[in-house]
Amino acid sequence: MELLGEEFGDLSPQELAAPVSTVADKWKLLPAFLKVKGLVKQHIDSFNYFINVEIKKIMKANEKITSDADPMWYLKYLNIYVGMPDVEESFNVSRPVSPHECRLRDMTYSAPITVDIEYTRGSQRIIRNALPIGRMPIMLRSSNCVLTGKTPMEFSKLNECPLDPGGYFIVKGQEKVILIQEQLSKNRIIVEQDRKGAVGASVTSSTHEKKSRTNMIVKQGRFYLRHNTLSEDAPIAIIFKGMGVESDQEIVQMIGTEEHVMASFAPSLEECQKAQIFTQTQALRYLGNKVRRQRMWGGPKKTKMEEARELLASLILTHVPVKEFNFRAKCIYLAVMVRRVILAQGDNKVDDRDYYGNKRLELAGQLLSLLFEDLFKKFNSELKKIADQIIPKQRAAQFDVVKHMRQDQITNGMVNAISTGNWSLKRFKMDRQGVTQVLSRLSFISALGMMTRISSQFEKTRKVSGPRSLQPSQWGMLCPSDTPEGEACGLVKNLALMTHITTDMEDGPIIKLAFNLGVEDVNLLCGEELSYPSVFLVFLNGNILGVIRDHPKLVNTFRLMRRAGFINEFVSISTNLTDRCVYISSDGGRLCRPYIIVKKGVPMVKNKHIEDLSQGYRTFEDFLHEGLVEYLDVNEENDCQIALYEHMINKDTTHLEIEPFTLLGVCAGLIPYPHHNQSPRNTYQCAMGKQAMGTIGYNQRNRIDTLMYLLAYPQRPMVKTKTIELIDFEKLPAGQNATVAVMSYSGYDIEDALVLNKASLDRGFGRCLVYKNAKCILRRYTNQTFDKVMGPMLDAATRKPIWRHSILDADGICSPGERVENKQVLVNKSMPTVTQTPLEGSAQPGQPQYRDVPISYKGSTDSYIEKVMISSNAEDAFLIKILLRQTRRPEIGDKFSSRHGQKGVCGLIVPQEDMPFCDTGICPDIIMNPHGYPSRMTVGKLIELLAGKAGVLDGRFHYGTAFGGSKVKDVCEDLIRYGYNYQGKDYVTSGITGEPLEAYIYFGPVYYQKLKHMVLDKMHARARGPRAVLTRQPTEGRSRDGGLRLGEMERDCLIGYGASMLLLERLMISSDAFEVDVCGQCGLLGYSGWCHYCKSSCHVSSLRIPYACKLLFQELQSMNIIPRLKLSRYNE
Amino acid sequence: MRSIMAASMKNVEEIRTRVILGEFGVKNTHTTDFPGNYPGYDDAWSMQKFQQNFRIDVVHLDDSSMEFDMVGIDAAIANAFRRILLAEVPTMAIEKVFIYNNTSIVQDEVLAHRLGLIPIRADPRLFEYRNTGEESAEDQGSEIDTIQLQLKVKCSRNPRASKDSSDPRELYLNSMVYSRDIQWVPVGNQADVFADCRIGPVHDDILIAQLRPGQELDITMHCVKESVGAAGKDHAKFSPVATASYRLLPEITILEPVEGEKAERLKRCFSRGVIDLEDVDGRKVAKVVNSRLDTCSREVLRHADLKNLVKLGRVRDHFIFTVESTGILPPDVLVTEAIKVLMAKCQRFLQELDSTDMD
Repeated sequence: MELLGEEFGDLSPQELAAPVSTVADKWKLLPAFLKVKGLVKQHIDSFNYFINVEIKKIMKANEKITSDADPMWYLKYLNIYVGMPDVEESFNVSRPVSPHECRLRDMTYSAPITVDIEYTRGSQRIIRNALPIGRMPIMLRSSNCVLTGKTPMEFSKLNECPLDPGGYFIVKGQEKVILIQEQLSKNRIIVEQDRKGAVGASVTSSTHEKKSRTNMIVKQGRFYLRHNTLSEDAPIAIIFKGMGVESDQEIVQMIGTEEHVMASFAPSLEECQKAQIFTQTQALRYLGNKVRRQRMWGGPKKTKMEEARELLASLILTHVPVKEFNFRAKCIYLAVMVRRVILAQGDNKVDDRDYYGNKRLELAGQLLSLLFEDLFKKFNSELKKIADQIIPKQRAAQFDVVKHMRQDQITNGMVNAISTGNWSLKRFKMDRQGVTQVLSRLSFISALGMMTRISSQFEKTRKVSGPRSLQPSQWGMLCPSDTPEGEACGLVKNLALMTHITTDMEDGPIIKLAFNLGVEDVNLLCGEELSYPSVFLVFLNGNILGVIRDHPKLVNTFRLMRRAGFINEFVSISTNLTDRCVYISSDGGRLCRPYIIVKKGVPMVKNKHIEDLSQGYRTFEDFLHEGLVEYLDVNEENDCQIALYEHMINKDTTHLEIEPFTLLGVCAGLIPYPHHNQSPRNTYQCAMGKQAMGTIGYNQRNRIDTLMYLLAYPQRPMVKTKTIELIDFEKLPAGQNATVAVMSYSGYDIEDALVLNKASLDRGFGRCLVYKNAKCILRRYTNQTFDKVMGPMLDAATRKPIWRHSILDADGICSPGERVENKQVLVNKSMPTVTQTPLEGSAQPGQPQYRDVPISYKGSTDSYIEKVMISSNAEDAFLIKILLRQTRRPEIGDKFSSRHGQKGVCGLIVPQEDMPFCDTGICPDIIMNPHGYPSRMTVGKLIELLAGKAGVLDGRFHYGTAFGGSKVKDVCEDLIRYGYNYQGKDYVTSGITGEPLEAYIYFGPVYYQKLKHMVLDKMHARARGPRAVLTRQPTEGRSRDGGLRLGEMERDCLIGYGASMLLLERLMISSDAFEVDVCGQCGLLGYSGWCHYCKSSCHVSSLRIPYACKLLFQELQSMNIIPRLKLSRYNE
Repeated sequence: MRSIMAASMKNVEEIRTRVILGEFGVKNTHTTDFPGNYPGYDDAWSMQKFQQNFRIDVVHLDDSSMEFDMVGIDAAIANAFRRILLAEVPTMAIEKVFIYNNTSIVQDEVLAHRLGLIPIRADPRLFEYRNTGEESAEDQGSEIDTIQLQLKVKCSRNPRASKDSSDPRELYLNSMVYSRDIQWVPVGNQADVFADCRIGPVHDDILIAQLRPGQELDITMHCVKESVGAAGKDHAKFSPVATASYRLLPEITILEPVEGEKAERLKRCFSRGVIDLEDVDGRKVAKVVNSRLDTCSREVLRHADLKNLVKLGRVRDHFIFTVESTGILPPDVLVTEAIKVLMAKCQRFLQELDSTDMD
């Protein structure tokens, strides 16, 4: 009894016996969350933080420029702003621009960056306001975007889709996403084992000024510090002494006075002793000899000792602040590192690099701020250089720096980085490729999926499983299903539905609060306290703050204050019992998600709160402020007891999951009943959902994309999920509900092929529209000539336009609605033959000569012209964009897929009368072979069919939400009520014989996606065609009308078979046969019956060899190797 | 010995005439009454026997749908009727769409596709097939093989709309283009010949497109007679039926008397009206009343104690046909047409047999 009472605390027996009350619609918190946070909110938040806060900090850090030439001259930035996006119409005239206009006109959606400056001109001090220094590409839906705060009606006026998530940039007309980058956390001690099993610690320090990596390693029981500014590993005791801790006792005190700790550290002290280093000066001198020389331009020459001191202060563990060479904090940090290593050696408790608490996600704002900082510094140093150059020269006009502020450096720097994705910043030793990607607009889901994508810094080629495998700590933060197959598997991940990524915040108040809550400042301690068993170390963002005696009280008070709203909701605090530490984090890039707070076994969120929420009296923010819900990051999550469902709550529970299905991401959220599927199937669907055609946005018909696939009749899925509703997939669907019969039919359905009903296709099933564009720019050239568009050419006899020009209007541009055939001209452009400025003196011809460079249509099937846009681009050149359209009905070979990773191509199209039909006269749209099920184990698809069938009969949509959804039992009862078989299997009659089929057929609607792979785009054959210039062999690839290669293995078969003449024909005659003249005497190649070597024609004979062979001979000759052919008659 | 014989005779009779719905599959699906297949049965085909057994009962008939029983015929022939109804009864449908102006958001091809699927009320029997020779795009067709239709709509703002309205139906005029906007343009003497048959779309309220002010459609269409089965021009729009299908007459036999609670459950296992409970000496006994109403859900087979008490079967030669017309012709006419098509085919086959000399 006593035991029981202890376990259930102060709960009365009645309370214990009461049924677990469930908060009925607690999932409604989710839409409320998405309303405030949204799926791409992390991108937008981070960009907003950058353009509103961070950019000012960067300016502050680089605010003053001085010149060496004139000590009186200076330039000081007072303020910096990013404006609203606009476009420069003509000189100094600009107007606001909408994102869609930028897309259409191939421009950059950017806003001017303006600064207020104070500078000197001569002896005058001048203040100038709002001076532009460059342009910043603006993220859509960020605080400076024209779209923020607009109603859907206003969106439509701007030709923008209200459902479009934003969070991307438009650069040169292309939509570019800066992917989220995953990195190891900065400024944290990571203890790890190297390949030989030796334990070491490493810290990647990063501050605004510097980035460095400090390693602590153990060699023969001695501790060393490794840093890339030191030419060799430095004994740790010497470092301590160099930092002013001269007494060995003090060093040991800081590291720890336990017996085994002292024993482990003794050899290091001994080594120091042997090196005869006892004082700080000695240590610094020793280190000074090891410093790797750095190129220092200018500045007073430093002694080696000064250099060493500088190194210790600013390069080693840069993130630990050192003020006026007070190394106290750094010493303690170093001591803690040593202690960690010693403790880890004993129990082999090393940190997990793949643990998500040790990871940080870098977002667009952080990446852009690095880039901007780099560009801004470059801009300033350029200004300084100009000042240094010009000021000494005596000029009539005084030096005015404003005239030398050129905007294009920052503008181009930003635009180029985003459009190429190359982030190479020398100052931060950063050289990354592929940071940005073109936003895929294949379907709404693919665009949305791209916004939640995370790419890892890990190399793709390395074959290690650790970083690729699913980490338990990514539960709820990253989608377990959504990752690509193949080389990037497990390295590219996606955010889960409720994940939020934090941004940096001010840590000053947190420090103050921590000290007020009883944390003892590390600078006031003697060092021995660090290893006292009664105290815990307190870290803030990787820096040691101090020690605390009563750590549970600190953590609890901290959390209470956060719930009360006194501290930012994204500050996390967690205890680590193994390291005896309390970690407080307020840095950016941490993954976190909201949970319902549970107190005394009762969730704080009650039904009445949810009611208020659905009636709009309460928002998600209110839940946060009232302490009902809070954000937990990965580290804090580890410190909590989180119940999945109400009935799992026990007395220790601290939090309750809002909804379990939120652990999946956007793409996996589309799958009905994913918890019934084999897990790789869900992964396959995540990849395929991005290829499904459908609708891409409300503004899809206003877009002129290079490639766009739309479905003629998209449908909402019969079986939906909560996620589908939340991300508005129903408003922009990509697929159709097909009636599927699971049976074998005709043998054209083997290997996952599908049999389609012809009447369904006639009625519009799977019909899709393919849009492509053709572009044409009319340029002006330096010699005052320009491109022209000519009217159609008339046939001399009939006075009608010639066939190639038959679709052209009088203005020489094709007209909308016309049908274009292969090789017809879309824009009859001609270009001047001479575009260079003529050399001085040479006579300018009166009338420039033009040559035709028509934009013509290439394609195996005809297209229709949807629309023609005539505009101008950013360089003021004429821009003509033509949108071409094809309507395609499914044909044999087109690819389809259900939402369960079950893809298949159409194998046969059968007329309706041959299709089987059930008692009610329904024919299937698709027949699918049952062999697709056993090995794939996609039970979710079976349930989807049942739920879909019941839904159709009932006239309502069923839910297939993960870990929930309509239950099979209920769904089957529905079927029975409507007179259908409980198992969904129907009695079916063959359409061919008219007799019933011997088996009952699983029959019902399944949501099918049409994938972008269509035979029409892939079919290829060639008899004759273009050849490569160098080798004269047929070109490669369909796009170049290339040949079909007879590869090595095919060749081996023919060799094995002995079909020598066939080989000769395939490899030479049909490829690059070449007639050469060979001199029988010297064995060299001659030319037109004459040997240039022998100067005779008497031994020259003609033979056929591959051109590549001839080329090889000549190339060998060019490098002084003479290949000689020996000729003999084959009958000799 | 006799009883065994009788039992097997009964078995054979069942195999010959009934399709049995088992728990895991359908038994006796194939027709087996070929001459000589069963000892003691004369399965040779005789006209007299056929005439005696064959009957057609029309159960239900209205403008658009029809249900009739076809009894005493082989599945192959019944299926032939079904197939012909679906695919081979010629129908008029829009085949050519001449778009002079289309500024709506519906793409030309999609619009043409939508128009093509609209059922057109015109008796195909009164038209000829259009010549299948080389046709030019501007081919006008003639009064005997083509119906010309026109769709000319322009959307504009409604001057009388209230200011704060957001309903497009009220704000704009002609914002919805319905099939009723399609006008028939008589060619030649068609105006006189078809004066009384209101040629045009069957249904008035098929939404074709939505327009916004300034957008317009200017389209003429040619309707042509064709059938789905026609080579080259086949399309589901030439099908005269929404669907035509049949099912076999269900037959439920209660093998042992089922009483009380079991009977209640048995009743619930079938569609309403199939089984009734009779009061026999104060006990409720299940009795099959109308097995035709059963949808063959086989629910009873899920009840372990009931599944051996009933036999679910279907009468092999009793076809319950359902024909749903698209509305261009009454369903009964379609069935007669289908029969005519089959007769014509047979005739041709016979002719073919006669004309080729067999060695």
